[in-house]
Amino acid sequence: MEPLSTAQVFSGVLVQFTPVWIGLIVIMGLSAYFKARLSLYGRLFDSPIGMIGLGLVLFWVLTALFADQIALFDPLDQFRALKNKPPGTLEPESEIAALFGGDNLGRDVFSRMVHGSRTVMLIAPAATIFALMVGISLGLPAGYYGGSIDTTLSFVANLVLAFPVILLFYLLVTPEIRQTAIPSGLAAVLFIIPIVFFITFFYSRFSTRPDVLWFYLIPTIVIGGFTYLHLTNIWNPTGLRMEPNTLNIFVSVVFVTSPAAFRIVRGLTMDIKTRDYVAAAQTRGEGPWYIMLWEVLPNARGPLIVDACLRIGYTTILLGTLGFFGLGVEPESPDWGMTINQGRKLLRLYPHAALPPALAIMTLVLGLNLLADGLREQSLKD
Amino acid sequence: MLSFLLRRLGVMALTALCLTFIVFALVNLQPNLEKLAKEQNNMRMTDQQVTVWLEEEGYNRPMLTRYSEWLGGVLRGNMGDSTRFRAPVNEVLWERLALTGKLMFWVMVVMVPMALIVGVLAGMREGTLQDRTLSTVAIASTATPEYVSGVILTVIFASKVVGLEWFSGSSTKAMEGITVYNFGLPVLTMALYGMGYIARMTRASMAEVMTAQYIRTARLKGVSFRNIVIKHALRNALIAPFTVIMLQFPWLLTGVVIVESLFNYKGFGWLLVEAAGNNDIELLLSCSIIAVVVVLITQLISDIGYVYLNPRIRVQA
Repeated sequence: MEPLSTAQVFSGVLVQFTPVWIGLIVIMGLSAYFKARLSLYGRLFDSPIGMIGLGLVLFWVLTALFADQIALFDPLDQFRALKNKPPGTLEPESEIAALFGGDNLGRDVFSRMVHGSRTVMLIAPAATIFALMVGISLGLPAGYYGGSIDTTLSFVANLVLAFPVILLFYLLVTPEIRQTAIPSGLAAVLFIIPIVFFITFFYSRFSTRPDVLWFYLIPTIVIGGFTYLHLTNIWNPTGLRMEPNTLNIFVSVVFVTSPAAFRIVRGLTMDIKTRDYVAAAQTRGEGPWYIMLWEVLPNARGPLIVDACLRIGYTTILLGTLGFFGLGVEPESPDWGMTINQGRKLLRLYPHAALPPALAIMTLVLGLNLLADGLREQSLKD
Repeated sequence: MLSFLLRRLGVMALTALCLTFIVFALVNLQPNLEKLAKEQNNMRMTDQQVTVWLEEEGYNRPMLTRYSEWLGGVLRGNMGDSTRFRAPVNEVLWERLALTGKLMFWVMVVMVPMALIVGVLAGMREGTLQDRTLSTVAIASTATPEYVSGVILTVIFASKVVGLEWFSGSSTKAMEGITVYNFGLPVLTMALYGMGYIARMTRASMAEVMTAQYIRTARLKGVSFRNIVIKHALRNALIAPFTVIMLQFPWLLTGVVIVESLFNYKGFGWLLVEAAGNNDIELLLSCSIIAVVVVLITQLISDIGYVYLNPRIRVQA
């Protein structure tokens, strides 16, 4: 059977991504149409760089969403006829083309790249949000109170930051450490912080209005508590659970990223607490947590959103590093970092196996960085 | 200044102490010790044999006793023995570190001028096409981690597919003698990732300086643009990037580990992977000391350098 020509491979890829193109057009079109009403997000459409960034990020979000429709093969299936075959080779039984060729085990590179986006899209934003929560919950009091709280917390944060990331991963993401209580212990500590955060968040504002307070607190406690018990595996009625190694990766990434988030929040808080509206709130007799969560935090949101975008990109790079060293990833899974590592051994003869995931990581992180740049530029225009 | 230095050194020592203790505690977890026992003897040891071996080798004594023993040894210059290489750590470590030192040196030589040129060229005319293009290049380079750029560069410059075989895809030979052919790719790969960040900092700092009043004065009295950039702006614009360059070292360490395994260059990064993979306790501890000390010293230098370079900043005594 004749393999496909370069042009055919190219058009084949374009056709496979149809759901993504439709989604992109719909989202970008609607956002551009309503941009006047969408504040900062809407103004993103005034900056070409921001728009390109948003497009790249949305591309991978939609790819992760529609991975089952886009991929032509199962990412784990091995076909002897596809072993190390160049892009465009047809699989003889189904006569479907392996658009980006096959890897050294005869798996379809294209489908693996598409499915690999799922893990990244799940873990990277979630871990970043968690890290940001931890950073906010600790950075606000450190920046606001200063003094010994600040000294202690900053010391701990600098301790983690002085650790070379790669060494920490080699120590924290191993099968041996999963036999101990460390990952679940860390998870138990780290995952309770968002719940405490939201309870304080609502309590500091509505403590004098019990009816409104309970309206917010009950869902927080029920949803938060349920998720918490699930994630830490203390009580598990639905049977849905995070794989121990995924939990291990997740916790380690949150642990490594939160000190950096802490430093940013602390710096912002120290700056914002000198403003007049904070002094006004203090004069009104508001409690410290009300000031931190309802006066300081909303005014720090611009830089924090920009930082979150950059940090998701950084987390993506971290996840790739973990995969590259084969730490904590299922050996068969289509993780991008690991695929690069497997493909690099035959790189000089068959570059097609390692290049697609490499370009995938690059475009996703590039998109996030451009998006952050566009957001920063637009938020400075006020 | 002196009390500032002393306080910083004190915090540094405390940090190093805490960090090594954490590493010590982590490598000495029970499952890690069991793995070590099995690797040192044979994989089919029974649990009882493992316990006996650990007891005989003294691994079962209290953690603090063993940590202080180890620390005492290190302070006297004895880093212990490597179980992976079956040799004293001192013999293994320094040789590898020297190899990585060479790599770092060349990375700096390539990266710093490149980053500063890109940053200055972009920042001196803020908002122009030149600025936009160079900034995008800088962003693209920060978005490309070593394991991605390494793969792409190898495919372009070292594979039979493209045909440009300018560099070698493996740097094993560079351990004996460095040539552009066998050392170009690892240096380029690392320099590219670090470059973008420094370039962006330089750009931001340059753009800020260019709006300063003294630049306007210089323009008004008729100094050429070239001279303004080189004589008036550059020096003031380079303070911020200096700190960033020093703080790049911890990042470079992760890069070293990736690049050394990508290009098969057996330096410090390779040693760290070997030590961690084989649960070589004393070697891993020594590696982490080196890493932590490098990080802390660069932080200190960047602080001191910042004060020294910028006369407006004074440390409170």
